Amino acid sequence: MRKYLSFFRIRFIAGPQYRAAAWAGIATQFAWGGMNILMFRAFYESGQNSFPMPFSSLSSYIWLQQAFLALFMAWFFDSEIFDSIVSGNIAYELCRPCDIYGMWFTKNLAIRISRAVLRCMPILIFAFLLPKPYCLSLPADLLSAVLFGVSTVLGLLVIVSFSMLIYISAFYTVSPMGVRILATSVIEFFAGALIPIPFFPQWLQPFIYALPFASMQNTPFLIYTGFLSGWEAVKSIGLQLIWFIILFVLGQLLIKHAIKKVVVQGG
Amino acid sequence: MQYKASFFMTALGQFLISFTTFIGMYFMLSRFNSVKGFSLSEILICFSIVLMAFSITECFARGFDVFPRLIRSGDLDRIIVRPRGIVFQVLTSNMEFSRVGRLLQAVIMLAYAIPACGVQWTWDKVLTLALMLFGGVAVFTALFILYAGISFFTIEGLEFMNIFTDGSREFGKYPLSVYGEGMLKIYTFVVPIALFQYYPFLYLVGRSDNLWYAFLPLLAALFIIPCYLFFRFGLRKYKSTGS
Repeated sequence: MRKYLSFFRIRFIAGPQYRAAAWAGIATQFAWGGMNILMFRAFYESGQNSFPMPFSSLSSYIWLQQAFLALFMAWFFDSEIFDSIVSGNIAYELCRPCDIYGMWFTKNLAIRISRAVLRCMPILIFAFLLPKPYCLSLPADLLSAVLFGVSTVLGLLVIVSFSMLIYISAFYTVSPMGVRILATSVIEFFAGALIPIPFFPQWLQPFIYALPFASMQNTPFLIYTGFLSGWEAVKSIGLQLIWFIILFVLGQLLIKHAIKKVVVQGG
Repeated sequence: MQYKASFFMTALGQFLISFTTFIGMYFMLSRFNSVKGFSLSEILICFSIVLMAFSITECFARGFDVFPRLIRSGDLDRIIVRPRGIVFQVLTSNMEFSRVGRLLQAVIMLAYAIPACGVQWTWDKVLTLALMLFGGVAVFTALFILYAGISFFTIEGLEFMNIFTDGSREFGKYPLSVYGEGMLKIYTFVVPIALFQYYPFLYLVGRSDNLWYAFLPLLAALFIIPCYLFFRFGLRKYKSTGS
């Protein structure tokens, strides 16, 4: 466990090194969130009745999305890992006295968390200070705040264990670029990063909820905004846990299989 | 084109990224029918023009997008000493043809949207459409050049510029008046996206009779001049990173 902690620490500390970049990033995200809210406002003005959630909840959803973008970003893949598989440096990694899955997992976790820690506070504070209904409102009650916390952690674990599968696929394809872009667009869409899942057509929703992607950012944000509450919220957290276990075990099995057959490409 | 499978996967992925944007838009409009009075097919015209202009620009002006890398690695020094125009060299240094996935989608959407809007093909409409596309490519090229110009001073690529490049593509999918008066003004006078997307579009779908709107993209194309001058200014101040 100690060695994973130190992997985590190394990656975590590397994050805040580029502070100017972080500020530029925060400004970008703020503008991005603002534009999104303006877009949804136009829809809200055209048809209030077809709006699945109150406009103020939607604003909260979008600000949370921006604040925790780094936790749930679909496009982030550590290119070091892909490079090591493609170039053959994986051979060194395999020599290390620790489990390669665990090592990559903690690495990814650490990068995401350290970026999010650096960026979330300014965005959350700014968003709180905005006038209603464009601001980020507080969660409905203490219980949903606690559930939001639990669900955020689980959502993060689900997306990291899913991206592990993409890393592992590089063992089989060698040129990971295509799979990576495909995975990104699929995750973005089904996780509700483009438009929140409640805005999807009614008939499609059961299918979407049956996929692992709905257990990423969707669940915590919907709990926060009060769209999911009480028993519903607990059930979706259970679903997140199930998906995490499935993806985690699947990843372990696949990596064992891949390593047994791995052919290091010279170099 | 060496790795064929990867090329097609990447092109497919590019296609899928903008295709999911389209599906999202479709879901929203099937729920609400219209936004600020614009129907899906009208919005698709805006979306396809912006997407088409952006992907054409990205195919050819990609070199400016990776420009910060040229500065950091010091490769720019080699480019400067060669007896050819620097813009020409940067343009030809990097062409990204996997963007055809996006381009294809834009063409399909346009082919669907034009008849669906009931646009009569008269010469002025054809001209408007061509000018919109021309203006779009010019503005996006200008933005890429501006981005490269700024990186003379910051060395790092600035994530902030993404609001204008990627952001314009992303938010230009709806007619810009959707975002409210204030935003429309910004997109008219600061970054002239509305000049090739919104006003000529009004003329194209017959919401406005003002023929002048059709020629606004030419005005938008002038945006390239200040951006280029800024780039020259940055180039004069350029100090090599030495690496």
